[in-house]
Order: sequence, then C-alpha cells, then structure tokens
Amino acid sequence: MIGKDFIRVLYIDLRNQKADIQERKDLYKYLGGAGVAAKLLEENMKKDVDPLHENQPLIISIGPLSTIFPVVTKAVATFVSPHTGEYGESHAGGRLAMAIRNAGYDAIVITGKAQKPIYLVITDKNIEFKDARAIWGLDVEETGRVIREREPGPGKRSIIRIGRAGENLVTYSCVNVDTYRHFGRLGIGAVFGSKNLKAIMIMGEEDLPISNLKEYFKTYQEIYKKVTQTDAMAKYHELGTPMNIKVLNSINSLPTKNLLQSNFEYADDISGETFAEKNLVRKVSCVGCPIGCIHIGQFRREFDKGYEYESIAVSYDHELIYALGSLLGIKTTDEVLQIIDEVELAGLDAISTGVVLAWATEALRKGLISREDTLADLEFGNTMEYIKAIDNIAERVNEFYYTIGKGLKEAVKKYGGEEFALLYGGNEMAGYHTGYAFALGQTVGARHSHLDNAGYSYDQSAKELKDEEIIDYVINEEKERAVLTSLCICLFARKVYDRATILKALNVVGINWTNDDLTRLANDVFFTKLKIKKELGYSLENYKFPKRIFETPTMWGKMDEERLNRLLKMYIERVEKEYEDWSRGK
Amino acid sequence: MPKVLRADNMNKCLGCFTCMLTCAAVNHNNHNLAKSSIKVKTRGGLQSKFAATICVACKEPACAEACPTNALVKRPGGGVKLIEEKCIACEKCVSACIVGSIHMDYDRKIPIVCKHCGACVRMCPHNCLSMEEVSEQDDR
Ligand code: SF4
Ligand code: SF4
Ligand code: SF4
Repeated sequence: MIGKDFIRVLYIDLRNQKADIQERKDLYKYLGGAGVAAKLLEENMKKDVDPLHENQPLIISIGPLSTIFPVVTKAVATFVSPHTGEYGESHAGGRLAMAIRNAGYDAIVITGKAQKPIYLVITDKNIEFKDARAIWGLDVEETGRVIREREPGPGKRSIIRIGRAGENLVTYSCVNVDTYRHFGRLGIGAVFGSKNLKAIMIMGEEDLPISNLKEYFKTYQEIYKKVTQTDAMAKYHELGTPMNIKVLNSINSLPTKNLLQSNFEYADDISGETFAEKNLVRKVSCVGCPIGCIHIGQFRREFDKGYEYESIAVSYDHELIYALGSLLGIKTTDEVLQIIDEVELAGLDAISTGVVLAWATEALRKGLISREDTLADLEFGNTMEYIKAIDNIAERVNEFYYTIGKGLKEAVKKYGGEEFALLYGGNEMAGYHTGYAFALGQTVGARHSHLDNAGYSYDQSAKELKDEEIIDYVINEEKERAVLTSLCICLFARKVYDRATILKALNVVGINWTNDDLTRLANDVFFTKLKIKKELGYSLENYKFPKRIFETPTMWGKMDEERLNRLLKMYIERVEKEYEDWSRGK
Repeated sequence: MPKVLRADNMNKCLGCFTCMLTCAAVNHNNHNLAKSSIKVKTRGGLQSKFAATICVACKEPACAEACPTNALVKRPGGGVKLIEEKCIACEKCVSACIVGSIHMDYDRKIPIVCKHCGACVRMCPHNCLSMEEVSEQDDR
C-alpha cells in the first residue's frame, strides 16, 4: 500500500464464495507486480496437480507506484500455465491497475471453482459473486457490454473477461482487459475458464491521501516531462510498434509464411506506415500514461449485397501484424485487421494462434494432416479460411482442433512436423527472427517471451555477436526487467525509468530503498521464478530447437545449430551456478 | 481577466486520465481519481469516444442557488467557489448541477467543485483542454 509497509492481499475462494484480507509485511520486500505475484504463486501453487485443477491459484498484482506516476500502468498475473505446464506470467495495461488500487488492494489471489459460471465484482466496499450463466458462451465484446450495462461506475471501473476459447480451456486463450488490452500469453483465459469465472469487474473509491504533495508532484512532473518532451518514447505514439514491420523486413528478420522466409514481398502493404495511412482512427492510453500507444485501426466489411457495410475497430501492434499477417502471408491491412478481430472476439492469444495456424498450413500442404482435420483450406494469404479455423480453435470442433487447442507442442506430438513448429521453450515464437540472442532469450526467459530479456534488441544493435556478451545481456536484461515489472512500469518506458528515477519515485512514496536493494530484488525475483519452474518440473536439458529456425536466414545470415546449442549450455551453466549461490543465501 | 476551463477538443482525448490524476492530487491531495473535479468517461465502452464532464462555469450557477447555507459563492468569470466551513454536506448542489459536474467527497463530507485552476489543462498531453479568458459579464 502507498505509504504503508505491507502488501494488502485479497484472497478469494470461489468454491465457498468467501473472501479474506491479509496485510503481509513479509511480501513488502518484493515490492509488487511480478515480484509479489511470483512469490504468491510459489506459496499457493500445487506441484503435482494439473494446471487447470480448481486448487491452482490465479494471482493479480500491482505495484507501489501504480497509476500515480506516468506510465506505471501494468497489472501482472501469475498462474501455473496450462500451455507450458510451468511458470505462467502475463502483463496487461488498461484500467485494471487503477481499479485495483482504488479498490484498496495490492494483490488478489483467486482459488477454487465456482459451481456455476459467475462473474466477480470487487469494490472497496464489497465482494460479490454474480450469476454469469447467461453470458457463458458470449464473445468478449458482448460480455463487456452486458456487464457495463448492469454494473455502476463508468470511467472508474475495469472489466476483464474471457471469450469462448477460455471457456473451452484452449491453452492459449487470453483474458481481455478493458477492450483493448490483454493478459495474452500462456493460457490465463483457460485458468479463468477452469474456475467457471467469466469476468471480473473491479473499482473503488478508496481514500488515498498524499503525504507530501510538493515532493510528489515535483517528481511526477519531472517524469512526465521526460515521457512527453524527450524522444525516449515518441515512437510509441507515432507509428507505434508496427514501425518494426518495415525495419525487420529490410534486415531479413520478419518471420513470414511460417518462417519459410524472413522477408515478405508484401511487407510494405502491411507496414506500420500503411496501417497509419489507411486504417488508423485513433490512439488511446492506459490509465496514467500520457503516451497513447494503443493504435486503433478500422476496416469495413460488406455483410450484404447492396452497399451494406459495417465498420469495425480493433487495436493493432507489431506482434499481431506479424503473427496474423506476415506469418500467414496476409497481404493487406484490412485483412490483417479482420483476422485480429476474430482472434479478439474468441479470446485467443494472437501470437500463439498465428503460429499454430502457420504450422497447420504447412502440415496440411505436407499431408501430415488432411482437409477433414482442418475443415478449412488453410493456405498462406487466404484470410477467409483462417477466420473459419480461428472459430474452430475456439470451439474445439473436432479431434484436430481439440489437439491444437492444447498448443503447438501437443499438436506436433500427435501429428509431427516438429521441424517447422515455431516453438521456443514450449511457447510460440514472437515476431523477430533476428538471431542468436532472440532465439536464446525467448527459450530461456522466465515466461518464454521476447519481453523477458529483449534478445532481439541485442541482435539488432550489436556490431558483432559475441557468445559471452549474449549470455551476459540475456541474464542482465532479464534481471533488470524484473525490477521494472515488479514496479509495474510499462516496458516501453524503460528508458525513462533508470534506476535513479525509480529510487526517487520510490522515495517520494516513503520507500527508502537503495540501489543495492534494487539489485537484491532483481535477483530474488529472477531466481524465485526459476525455483517455481524447477518445482513444476521444468528443465532445458536435452532441449531441441526447431530445424526451421536454422534454415531461414536472419539478419546475421543463417544461424548455426551447434552454436545456439552451445549458447544454451553456457547459459544453463551460468544460471545454475548463480542459482545455487542464491539458494544458499536464502 | 478571469479564466475558465473548457473541454472543446475531446475528440483528441487518449483516455489517459492524467487530467483527473492531477486534479485529484493538487486540489484534493489524493491519489484516487474519484476526487477529481474533471471526469473523463467514454460515451459507452472504450470503442466509443471520450467525453469530459466539467464545470461549464455558469454565470448564474444553479448549484449556488440551491445551497441553503451560502457555502457556494459566485466566482468572477463564472462557476463557484466553495467555502468549506459553511458546507453542511446536504448534497443539494449535486442534484442542482444538471451537467453533473459536482459530486461528493464522502471522506471529507464536502462537494468536489472545480476551481478553474487549470492544473488539468497543463498536464493534458493532447491539448484537449484549455483555459479561456472571459470577461466578468460574458455569458455562455
Ligand atoms: S457546478 Fe454545475 S451548476 Fe455550478 S457553476 Fe459549475 S456547471 Fe454550473
Ligand atoms: S480546472 Fe482545476 S479544479 Fe477544475 S478540473 Fe481542472 S484541475 Fe480540477
Ligand atoms: S489528460 Fe487530456 S488526453 Fe488525458 S484523459 Fe484528460 S483530457 Fe483526455
């Protein structure tokens, strides 16, 4: 809590419809966000039980600076991932962090399974378990609308919900947060589904007095200036992350057609520039962020002959344009938006969905699966067929779709095609084919995300790739990001929030930490996550990278399999040693 | 000349709520944006446009007329000033303001009234808000 030395945790038991609140001083040293959420997962998870078992917990946490400093906008969720079977962590912006803060909590732990579908209403004054039978089966948008109309508090509330994919336990289903944001990766939507939890609405009017307004507002303004008046974040407002499409394409790093290619002949047609010129209708922000990086694109769809059109607006980003665009060979911005819309309504993770479909396209072509399986003529560039398939994934209509609903890892076990399954550490690949640091980084990152350590950034900025340097970068960057994500600072603001700035902001709210404290935190969070993974049976011994990544050139030319394996070994040895030292110190 | 708050460019709004966070902080010493005098909302879900509920600085303020204890007094240029000591928290001003600008601070038992200070204007990153100079007689 701001100005207090404890973490206020709300425990909710869905089975018995009971709640409990604990003020945990011992969690204070993890600050919030990823740190607190990881620690709470470690405490509450069940080792030898299925990730979707009702006793597995679902945790959401915010940080001590959430919403009260610019661009500190994220909420962090942790869970045992039904997708990888190990550590699950996901971040979302929107209004959720503000709403949790205003409701008076730092973290929420949800366990149990409701007997019938419900949605939760959490406010500073109440916790309610409401009947959601009528909205079970509705898409993400309709679910939001129904709850918006039923519940009070426009402007102050956050509504997070799942679609059909989550209800049907697809292991890459997501949770939609306030229409344009998501807890995307690793299957948190299925965790909601397994608990019969359709949605959560949260808001509050908790009194949050400021103790030293002068100091606080001075620091606030300093950071605000850095955010809005320097070029530290300008690109996120202008073209946004889609500016990457052109950049990556020009250096042979844009995964295209299931990575048969690393540059796309139609890249210019789906570039950030083209989206901005043809489709961009507005930009919006998460609460407390003056940047406005959420780009909303509009497309129109003919639903009947005789000039009958509807117009649809969805948010787009680099990762979506990659996974549902270049990777599937989609040639126009309108079509990319149309596929995004479908993924959005079903409540699926965009990256995983795109990668699974890209694999299925090739598997169909190669005869590993048949038209009877896919029920759609999957073919690169064929938008309408992909849209059918997305629906089938969410509904898990037949055995094939049931299987791929467990992710690509399960799909290749049954149908083969491992060589061209774009998986890193059991999770579908993000939108970079830049080289070794990215490949290693996504594989070893705590949540197998490109954002764990931004290896792609090393690949893109290095003058020469050096093995030792890659290992250093991947480890150090992940630790540094553990600090940022424990504070729930949006990673787009990482250049604004250097350590000095972080310490200053913490100081203003009465947390008198030092640089050493932040280093200690970085290690604690990094190794706590590793400890969780180990307890859940994770290991990278005998890990095998997919063949395809070595066949298609990166910006550094083709990668050498032996070298990547060597890097992986070096990484494991380094981290294992550090882990032992850390464990001894515990 | 006195200045009053205007929200004439809400089509540019990002929904970042910085205006509200600023108003709640500097005017009400609070981090909760429920304490803000300016309220940004969507017109119905995030797919719709943003709108701001602000005090439109009436020359003949109904809120002040409704106040039984003269706790709200006319402000030069339009709008009102709150004299806290006189307020008995009867909430009559809340229902009198038909634009919905006033709401209660139940923790402090006073209404939250816009001061037309312009703090929100200075922190809006997208220039949606402005301060307009008005003569004391000007009517809107
Ligand atoms: S609070 Fe309402 S009634 Fe009073 S001056 Fe402002 S807009 Fe007019
Ligand atoms: S003008 Fe001042 S009091 Fe009125 S809404 Fe803006 S910040 Fe608040
Ligand atoms: S600060 Fe400006 S952009 Fe942000 S919510 Fe307020 S009016 Fe909109």
